[in-house]
Amino acid sequence: MDYYFLFTSLAKIVALLAVVLGIMNYAVYAERRISALIQDRLGPNRVGPAGLFQPIADAAKFLLKEDFTPRHVNTFYYWLAPCLAMIPAITTLAVVPFGSTLFGVPMVIADINVGVLFVFAIASLGVYGIVIAGWSSNSKYPFLGGVRSSSQMISYELSLGLAVIPVFLLVGQLRLTEVVRYQIEHGWMIAPFIGDWANLHKWLLAIPMLISFVVFMIAIFAETNRLPFDLPEAETELVGGYHTEYGSMKFGLFFLGEYIAMITGSAIIVTLFLGGWHFPGIPDGSHGWGWGLVNIFVFFSKVAALIFIFMWVRWTLPRFRYDQLMRLGWVFFFEIALVNIFLAAIILAYFPQ
Amino acid sequence: MLENFRRNIRSAGRGWYRFELTSVQPPADRVCSRGEFALAPQSPLASIVEDRLMAFTTREIESPDPVTRVAAADARMRENLGDIGEKMVLNMGPSHPATHGVLRLVLELDGETITKATPDVGFLHRGDEKIAENMQYNQFVPYTDRLDYLAPLSNNVAYALAVEKLMGWELPPRGKAIRVICCETARISAHLMGLGAMALDLGAMTVFLYTFTEREKLYNLFELLTGARFTTSYTRVGGQIRDLPATFIPQLEKFLDDFIPQLDEVDKLLTRNRIFVDRTRDIGVIPRERAIAYALSGPNLRGSGVEHDLRRKHPYLDYDKYDFEVVVGSAGDCYDRYLVRVEEMRQSVRILRQVIEKLPDGPINVVDWKNMPPPKSHVMTKMEELIHHFIVVTEGLDAPPGEIYFAAENPKGELGFYIHSKGGGVPHRLKIRAPSFVNLSILPELLPGCSLSDVVAVLGSLDFVMGECDR
Repeated sequence: MDYYFLFTSLAKIVALLAVVLGIMNYAVYAERRISALIQDRLGPNRVGPAGLFQPIADAAKFLLKEDFTPRHVNTFYYWLAPCLAMIPAITTLAVVPFGSTLFGVPMVIADINVGVLFVFAIASLGVYGIVIAGWSSNSKYPFLGGVRSSSQMISYELSLGLAVIPVFLLVGQLRLTEVVRYQIEHGWMIAPFIGDWANLHKWLLAIPMLISFVVFMIAIFAETNRLPFDLPEAETELVGGYHTEYGSMKFGLFFLGEYIAMITGSAIIVTLFLGGWHFPGIPDGSHGWGWGLVNIFVFFSKVAALIFIFMWVRWTLPRFRYDQLMRLGWVFFFEIALVNIFLAAIILAYFPQ
Repeated sequence: MLENFRRNIRSAGRGWYRFELTSVQPPADRVCSRGEFALAPQSPLASIVEDRLMAFTTREIESPDPVTRVAAADARMRENLGDIGEKMVLNMGPSHPATHGVLRLVLELDGETITKATPDVGFLHRGDEKIAENMQYNQFVPYTDRLDYLAPLSNNVAYALAVEKLMGWELPPRGKAIRVICCETARISAHLMGLGAMALDLGAMTVFLYTFTEREKLYNLFELLTGARFTTSYTRVGGQIRDLPATFIPQLEKFLDDFIPQLDEVDKLLTRNRIFVDRTRDIGVIPRERAIAYALSGPNLRGSGVEHDLRRKHPYLDYDKYDFEVVVGSAGDCYDRYLVRVEEMRQSVRILRQVIEKLPDGPINVVDWKNMPPPKSHVMTKMEELIHHFIVVTEGLDAPPGEIYFAAENPKGELGFYIHSKGGGVPHRLKIRAPSFVNLSILPELLPGCSLSDVVAVLGSLDFVMGECDR
């Protein structure tokens, strides 16, 4: 047994979890402040300096509320659902490389060779949380929310899976660290101007990559149930949808699960398309632990920028209708992603470097 | 116009409006019971009324808890329809974010498609019409605030005009101009709310807050004018409680200048937004003839392409002297109703600018010393005025016997007051023709075939207020 490996892995898990849970709490705060900014309001600014302690107050509120289970629910599944919503979202982060190296330790918890398959396998489990919540609540609005959610997530999962295939055609591996390494050597997937900018091949390849990026990003919106795709919740139609019957920390888990899913989604987008922890001109962790920390910081800055885009979109657009969303998913994005694979393959086959 | 009203009764073939009207002008064969009235079985109306009666009995309403109530409605629906198979009965409201107050809809769903919709109104019923029978005319003004509580000023004006019609009074020009200002600012404020709430229901919360900010500025103006932000109670029979404050007109001008860019911004966010257009175009289509058959009014009628605006058709308050356009839609879908509201706000701004430009000087109230309270300074110093004041306050107006119907073009539609007077200070019967109530009566025809998500778009575009609907 390699104790060194065990120890470093444990340390990484604890550190990553602490950082991500912190980001999650402050993502809620950021969401409220950004929505306020967009809507000409102030947002939470009373608790602590500029409202910075608001997440703590919110967490305390969630924990102190009565943990009430309505009598008409199926208790076992009712309790299981919030866990199922939260756990897959966090688990996915295990394979995402969030930094280069720190003291020679690679900054990824599990560098497995089926990285992206693992991501899809685990992230798809998230839908069970919502479906089971809707079903076990034994109530009509949550039921409708659960049904909507299952069909929505399944249809967008297809586009999600198809959208990343061009990336792996190019890289030739499913390992996420390899994807990042490729981008360090050849420039980011959607930014051919980084690195060897005069290479025509790179510019050509950027076309399918850009399409992939857009499709993937929109599919992640749908996967995380955020506006304009928040049909399972649909506050003004289904009054909260699948979590209507939930309260206190069980509701909190759904709520935070959504934010974790958003962070995970952004992290994967950053890894696949935006160069991971790489930023031009910043050396990796082998040049000293300071640079290692800077790499981690770069990664989370990119994630934060994407989260900002998530929020910006949410507070600008209205919500889709159920059938429009399905049509968009199946007729539009599915086809685009499919054609895009051929486009990437043709470029790779007939326009060699 | 009374003849007009009677003709209305004959022409209103469908919808709840028929019951409403027959409660004022009952057919001879009406059998009156407590609560909803029933018709004698041989009545030609009976067949129409039978299936239009509210589906919910007293027993159901009085049952112990909402769950039992819904179950009762469910059971009753199954009983009426036989087997509804795989369909689901969904109770929407009375407390649901998209029902804008306390409308309750019992929806029968096939998947997410609605196969039957039964609206249930009356949760906010306060018996305003009955209360009016026990009140002097002026005492009823605060109750009109609470009809369409998003535009209280225009309700005040409509009510005052109705009673003035009974009295045979005509306001001096300045008084009329002030009332036009009241009506049009109220229209802007109500349409802003309608627009914002519709956008909110469709998920665009930011638009709601933008329109709300503008409403807040209007509330500041209302406060300046009447002393109250929400329940204004500004008019009295024969005039207003006070003249415009000196700072009002400059502030109104400033508001109008700032308002148009803000409205443009909302316009930009929604009008060509693909998602918004997809959600509203060809949804909840009311064809022209159905809109007329259900006696819809206001933007909902004009959205269906009927050019009917009481400000133009029966000009009151000298509306014929102002230059404005009656906005009409073409398709009669949610999108058209939305566009009509946006454009009506621009027209209101246009009217307001004209009012400001040619605002006359002079008195604001009717001069009729027998019926109007004398100036307070005279009451305190002169015997004759003191007596008059006492009589006017204790006995109210000396209204002539007779009946009148007056309708004004309010933000939600035609707000009508039918007053039957037997002389003296209180009406014998006061009937309110509430536009929201009439507009909602089309729901059972409009909703089937829509999906559950369309319900919120349709409800938002009908822009109703339950305070007015339930009275």
